Amino acid sequence: MQKHLFTSRRGFLKTTGYLSLAFAIPLENALSQAGATQPRLPGDLNNNRTLSAWLRINANQTVTLMVGKVELGQGILTAVTQVCADELDIDIARVQVISGDTALVPNEGVTAGSFSMPNCATAVQFASAEVRSILLGLAADKLKQPLTALSVRDGKISAQNDTHVTYWDLVVGAALDREATGLVKPKSAEQHRYIGQSVPRTDLPAKILGDAVFVQEHRPTGMLFGHLVRPPTYAAKLLSVNLSAAQKMPGVVKVVRDGSFLGVIAQREEQAVAAANTLNASAKWQVEKKLPTHEGIFDWLRQTKPTRIIETKVQPRTGGEAPAKTIEATYYRPYHMHASIGTSAAIATMGADGVMLIQTHSQSVFETSLAIAKMLGLEPSKVRCQHMQGAGCYGHNMADDAAADAALLAMAVPGKPVHLQYTREQEHKWEPYGSAMVIQTKAGVDANGHVLDWDLQIWSTPHGTRPSGEPGNLLSARYLEKPFTQPVPTNGGPPNFAADRNGIALYDFAGHQVRTHFITDMPLRVSSTRGLGAYGNVFAIESFMDELALAANMDPLTYRLRFLKDERARDTLQKAADKFGWNNWKKTPNRGRGIGFARYKNIAGYCAVALEVEVNPRNGRIRVLRAVASADSGHIVNPDGVSNQIEGGLIQSLSWSLKEEVKFDDTQVLSTDWASYPILTFSETPPVEVVLINRPGAPFLGTGEASQGPTSAALANAVFDATGVRFRRLPLTPERVKQGLDKKGTA
Amino acid sequence: MVQFKLNGQAIRSSAPNTTSLLNVLANDLQINGPKFGCGKAQCNACLVMVDGNPVKSCVAQVSTVAGRSVTTVAGMKEGNKPSRLQQAFIDEQAAQCGYCTSGMIVQAQALLDRNPRPTDAEVRTALDGNLCRCGAHNRIVRAVLRAAKEA
Repeated sequence: MQKHLFTSRRGFLKTTGYLSLAFAIPLENALSQAGATQPRLPGDLNNNRTLSAWLRINANQTVTLMVGKVELGQGILTAVTQVCADELDIDIARVQVISGDTALVPNEGVTAGSFSMPNCATAVQFASAEVRSILLGLAADKLKQPLTALSVRDGKISAQNDTHVTYWDLVVGAALDREATGLVKPKSAEQHRYIGQSVPRTDLPAKILGDAVFVQEHRPTGMLFGHLVRPPTYAAKLLSVNLSAAQKMPGVVKVVRDGSFLGVIAQREEQAVAAANTLNASAKWQVEKKLPTHEGIFDWLRQTKPTRIIETKVQPRTGGEAPAKTIEATYYRPYHMHASIGTSAAIATMGADGVMLIQTHSQSVFETSLAIAKMLGLEPSKVRCQHMQGAGCYGHNMADDAAADAALLAMAVPGKPVHLQYTREQEHKWEPYGSAMVIQTKAGVDANGHVLDWDLQIWSTPHGTRPSGEPGNLLSARYLEKPFTQPVPTNGGPPNFAADRNGIALYDFAGHQVRTHFITDMPLRVSSTRGLGAYGNVFAIESFMDELALAANMDPLTYRLRFLKDERARDTLQKAADKFGWNNWKKTPNRGRGIGFARYKNIAGYCAVALEVEVNPRNGRIRVLRAVASADSGHIVNPDGVSNQIEGGLIQSLSWSLKEEVKFDDTQVLSTDWASYPILTFSETPPVEVVLINRPGAPFLGTGEASQGPTSAALANAVFDATGVRFRRLPLTPERVKQGLDKKGTA
Repeated sequence: MVQFKLNGQAIRSSAPNTTSLLNVLANDLQINGPKFGCGKAQCNACLVMVDGNPVKSCVAQVSTVAGRSVTTVAGMKEGNKPSRLQQAFIDEQAAQCGYCTSGMIVQAQALLDRNPRPTDAEVRTALDGNLCRCGAHNRIVRAVLRAAKEA
């Protein structure tokens, strides 16, 4: 069934694992409605139900595991390999993975939202367990032995009478062409050989030794080099350009103009760049000045009429006492970049068979290939995307745009592979940022400072404009002679949410209201950036909890625990505090400690972060001295993998929270490179300790975005503790901190 | 025509003299390792060793390595085995996406060559110009210190 994708809304729902950005209905409900006639299967088995779509037993004593999720540097392919090897009872070295090839693997939608462990690893777990059971059944027939007399070790099935047969001897092609039942129970934790172990990442040696891994290093024979000229600003139109000067330059194969889309294809990369520079010099653009500027963006968010007001949570308190006091605060997060270290790249070839083949580091190979097919006017089956690794993306960066742009150029030179990699300025200026947000919190508290009524309001532009099969979401498609219009983005509904992701605090408050002012105008291009709205919302919630604790004259940790009923949440918070040494910590001048907590999406991994900082009162510079994080991701498949994600997310969040803000004037983005958009460096990175809480037998919970939110609040709380000044606007740059200290108030 | 040594092998590049060393390595010689990150000497993803010194190959013209010896991360292997530093990166799982890794290893090897027993702070200072976005910084520092310790 995965061969007929997106033919209907129903089909789309069933084949897509990542719905939060497209539909305001619960994922679980959507899927169960779509597949009402079939039993629900675990994870992504539910929408890719044939066992042979996932697993092949090969005569050469290997197993091919096919997954729709892709490696982004998060280690997912190592984790699913561990799960497969354990459930099949084979040596891990026998597992060969194919991932993210639209012609070969099950459609698992987008690799995002911390869904890969719950959806993909769970599917692999149940599929592998069932395949093992089928193989045992075949062996029992062949050996004429009862199932109970059989045992498996590394693919060798032995009976008690010393007869045996191997997986590789059994003809199983047709046997796996059947629908999974999901009824074969996976192993229990004590039977695991690989799950629970820090198995080294399978992809790292090649990266460390300089072997080919990355799409940027894929070089098909006869490859040409493409390069683009982007407009100077979002709303610019190309009025005129001298194509012939560039066409005559050395090595130039073709100059491509389609409306305001302008590109060049050359024999050598530097020739393509030189020709693009020549084109750029002669291009005349009509430019509009209409952006609100980075200083004005928060007023703009508050003043723009929202497309929709979403009542994210409605829980008015019934009866009871009137609040003794109301406390309010407003928090601000700016636009952030994904800021991948490698600029986005792709290689596209228009084949003689009429198939556009694209090597891409997209997170959404299926939906992007459909969007590209529509853009090019090709049948969906005539575009094939093959995932190859790129630099870490942390959300929807320009990977999909690069795939589309390479394809647009490749259409002009049939049969020739066209390699395209953006310049740093193109990546910085045109990627879809994490949206700026304003978050206003208000709490009615009793005489002891305890929350009676909690009210949180969010103002945000969208957090999801992934390709989703729509060419209008591909940047260049909007600049073609016959442009595609970008669809109006929707906000994701429960349980994942988008702008209002983690907008609902996990704390137990009697009155609890969350309202989202969802603005679909997009002064800057925006899309999913690690954590979506969770980063800003958790910053606000966890900063405000500290403000309330202060007003109640209580320790921030104790104050939180009062309102936290979920035992795993309490445990996570307590473990971070214990490891940090919260209770024994002694205040010294200019130093402070802070804590922050969230359960990502309120359904994924739990994470708490505690930090110690030192603030230099002379220049406002914050030094993070050390950080502790605790994490509960359910049953842990790869402890070092979880630890790496939690620590990496924490450090990236420190970079966002200390330094990062996309700057723009009324016309264009001004953050065009690493000098104008600096990120955290080695000497600014604190030591990080991660405490893992394992829950054997519990469902796998996504981890990759869990530490982003808690870190930002822990930082602001620590800076308050150090200085007595509450900073509510990110990032906490030295200039901003110095200003706040000078005013000795709030900032 | 520019002649130089690449990972011990004699190379003759017929690329125009002004071509970046990175383009010659990546596109003409099909060398993996050094990566395009910024083209502006700001991130060090493109670092290679030239006569033992780290050089940003995205801005160095190929003509500047005439007669010199260029080593990339692939050339740092000892025979077919990982170097001590590379092995330490594997042992510490010192990467997430790995795009910056090649440049990290080149920079760290240059540090170890001039200072075989660096402190944590010295490693951080040496690597400060190498950007990592995944947050693998501490693992990378541990890998360098481990390689130094095992030397």
